[in-house]
Amino acid sequence: MPEPHIALENVHKSFGAKHVLRGVDVAVGKGRSLVVIGGSGSGKSVTLKCILGLLHPEKGSIRVGGQEVIGLQGPALDQMMGRFGMVFQGAALFDSLSVWRNVAFGLIQGKKMKTSEARAIALDKLAEVGLGAELADVSPAELSGGMRKRVGLARAIAPEPEIIFFDEPTTGLDPIMGDVINNLIVDSVKRLGATTITITHDMASARKIGDDIAMIYKGRIVWCGPADEIDRSNNPYVDQFIHGREEGPIEIEL
Amino acid sequence: MNFLAAIGSFVFSMLAEVGRVSLFARDAVIRGLLPPWYFRQLLEQIVRIGYNSLPVVGLTAFFTGGALALQIYIGGTRYNAENLVSSIVALGITRELGPVMAGLMVAGRVSAAIAAELGTMRVTEQIDALTTLSTNPFKYLVGPRILAAVITLPILVGIADIIGIFGGFVVGTTSLGFNYAAYVKNTTDFIEVTDVTSGLIKAAVFGFIIAVMGCYHGFNSKGGAQGVGRATTNAVVSGSILILAANYALTSLLFSE
Repeated sequence: MPEPHIALENVHKSFGAKHVLRGVDVAVGKGRSLVVIGGSGSGKSVTLKCILGLLHPEKGSIRVGGQEVIGLQGPALDQMMGRFGMVFQGAALFDSLSVWRNVAFGLIQGKKMKTSEARAIALDKLAEVGLGAELADVSPAELSGGMRKRVGLARAIAPEPEIIFFDEPTTGLDPIMGDVINNLIVDSVKRLGATTITITHDMASARKIGDDIAMIYKGRIVWCGPADEIDRSNNPYVDQFIHGREEGPIEIEL
Repeated sequence: MNFLAAIGSFVFSMLAEVGRVSLFARDAVIRGLLPPWYFRQLLEQIVRIGYNSLPVVGLTAFFTGGALALQIYIGGTRYNAENLVSSIVALGITRELGPVMAGLMVAGRVSAAIAAELGTMRVTEQIDALTTLSTNPFKYLVGPRILAAVITLPILVGIADIIGIFGGFVVGTTSLGFNYAAYVKNTTDFIEVTDVTSGLIKAAVFGFIIAVMGCYHGFNSKGGAQGVGRATTNAVVSGSILILAANYALTSLLFSE
């Protein structure tokens, strides 16, 4: 059996007395798209940040392409980061830079590309996500929520990473714009052939983006399987979540 | 017992904070000095921290110099020592008031701005975004700010010294009846190079404190808009207190016989 592109084994992460991840086990094959679903506070974002090296788990193993990520520092960590792209929930665009400089940031700073060359690629990537060159020089503050998400996507795909993470890509968008973003994600990822992990609680987005879906609850993966089997999972946690029922094994902390 | 426990808890948390700030400052210096360097960021920060602080520092220095001249004159008349106004204004401005007043004014303006900017970047995940784009936030955000503050504060204080002494000169010659030439001669005869350089050394240290406290509180802010507000307040308060404490320590060090 080939080594998965991304593999998490028994990952634990606490913040003080709060034990957020309690042994996460999940694997993603090369070129596959995994969607992690779960309620607020279940550990989705923390899982993603542990893979990215933004948070350091106390226990467990995270391997990317067979290489252990936990404990990486300095140039080794920078090199690993160069393999990742990330679309943040609020887009996380740099307010002080224009739209095209945001998109070209990873090319200029990370890949040391010439500004003129990076601008040309940035304009191409903006076109790929449906944004015209007339927006290239405006400030991110002047963009709508949907446009910001598109710029965030363009920025993530510009350095052509082998792995892309999406944090709640459709949160805060209307259903139509959400679908537009989902389609853009599917198209961009297919074009790049990248491995992706998306975290969301939007089931329409999960079904559209994911090859596989994993459900996280109280810091553990309670179900993982192909996206088209989620309706037949026979897992009470998954059933409650995808149908949005109040009754069930998932305890809502009010 | 509870009272003692509260004191103990306060002391421990304060020591832990001192440790965190020290480690942050160490990391900032080490990572900031190693390549890659971001010259564009450095220039931008030199303009923001140095050039944009000139009006506030200049005005503060002018009025401080003027008030100092008045006070020394009023105090000096009791002992027939009015003629010391020009020399004590020069000494007071270059050794103490120039660096301290400029430091405090820049702490209020720059430390708050740095904490608010980095704090907003933290809560909107822009700092995490930098990391995912193969850019070390310490090098890109913290290093240039610290270096810019350490470079520009001595320049600002040098200018504040000149404007402060000029403030004393204006008050001395227009309100207190001193002769122009005598005032200038007394100032230049009395002041020594070490009076000025000690103030500039202090300014560089204050610049480091201002930038580190702004970056530290901004970098570690959490909890949305309220967290950013708290970071801004903490940056200004801790920066100002540290400037005054460092001023005492540096004065003891630089002027001990």
